[in-house]
Amino acid sequence: MNATAQQLSSQMTPELDQTAFQKLFDQRFDERMAQIEADHIPSMSIISTKGTLDMAYPPFILAATAAALGWDVSVFFTFYGLTLLKKELDLEISPLGNPAMPMKMPVGPEWLQSIDMKIPNLVMAGIPGFEKMATGMMKKSLDNKGVASIEELRSLCLEADVKLVACQMTVDLFNMDQEEFIPEISGWIGAASFLPTAQKSDVTLFV
Amino acid sequence: MTTATPTTTLDARGLNCPLPILRTRKALTAMASGEALLVQSTDPGSVEDIKSFCSQTGNELLSALNDDGEFQFTIRKA
Repeated sequence: MNATAQQLSSQMTPELDQTAFQKLFDQRFDERMAQIEADHIPSMSIISTKGTLDMAYPPFILAATAAALGWDVSVFFTFYGLTLLKKELDLEISPLGNPAMPMKMPVGPEWLQSIDMKIPNLVMAGIPGFEKMATGMMKKSLDNKGVASIEELRSLCLEADVKLVACQMTVDLFNMDQEEFIPEISGWIGAASFLPTAQKSDVTLFV
Repeated sequence: MTTATPTTTLDARGLNCPLPILRTRKALTAMASGEALLVQSTDPGSVEDIKSFCSQTGNELLSALNDDGEFQFTIRKA
């Protein structure tokens, strides 16, 4: 603190010496900051870019949970992520090119369900309907373990006022029609509209 | 001090993350401030999740019991 400021503060608070003034200031500052933090409603922005069954889970789970914690949440669906906003969801999973995905039986005795079947790429790529089968097995596992369906999580998000926004460019790019998508979409926007929301968010995630 | 006897019971057994939390939130919304909710769950992840949910939302976690893999939480609505 320079001499002028010191003089000024002693004039303003003649009954306080400098140490006491600093202490009071720090205390008030801490109180004010704690109040601001307590009043702050956390916010989260997610960008969802994938349209497979496995990659549909993270954005909806995080969004629904954050909303349950009282946060303000927006999810921007772009490219293949836009598929997650269709009226009719028919999501699939592809084990091909997805080496970390376990291939496990959803039914049968415990020992059988624990086996991770290593299936060669050639088989996964060559057998017609392999993805349909893998999707069926994954859906069965999700159901067995009490994990919510994407439809359920999506409606829970809407119920909790999560803002689901859609990318206009993707609709144009893939010759889609806005009519194919759920009417609860909060807006058809572009990157320039989403970024300012993301800028003010406490948490930003790209899925 | 209001009573800790639960007025509502939520059966979240067999449900997995994040459903126990979402159902808890929903059940609490319908309750009056000061009332207690009993949540039953079998999801081991819910132990930490319920704790975190309560500290974030200001609701008070009165008790958390583990009865051989079946969990019981009593939460007082703020």
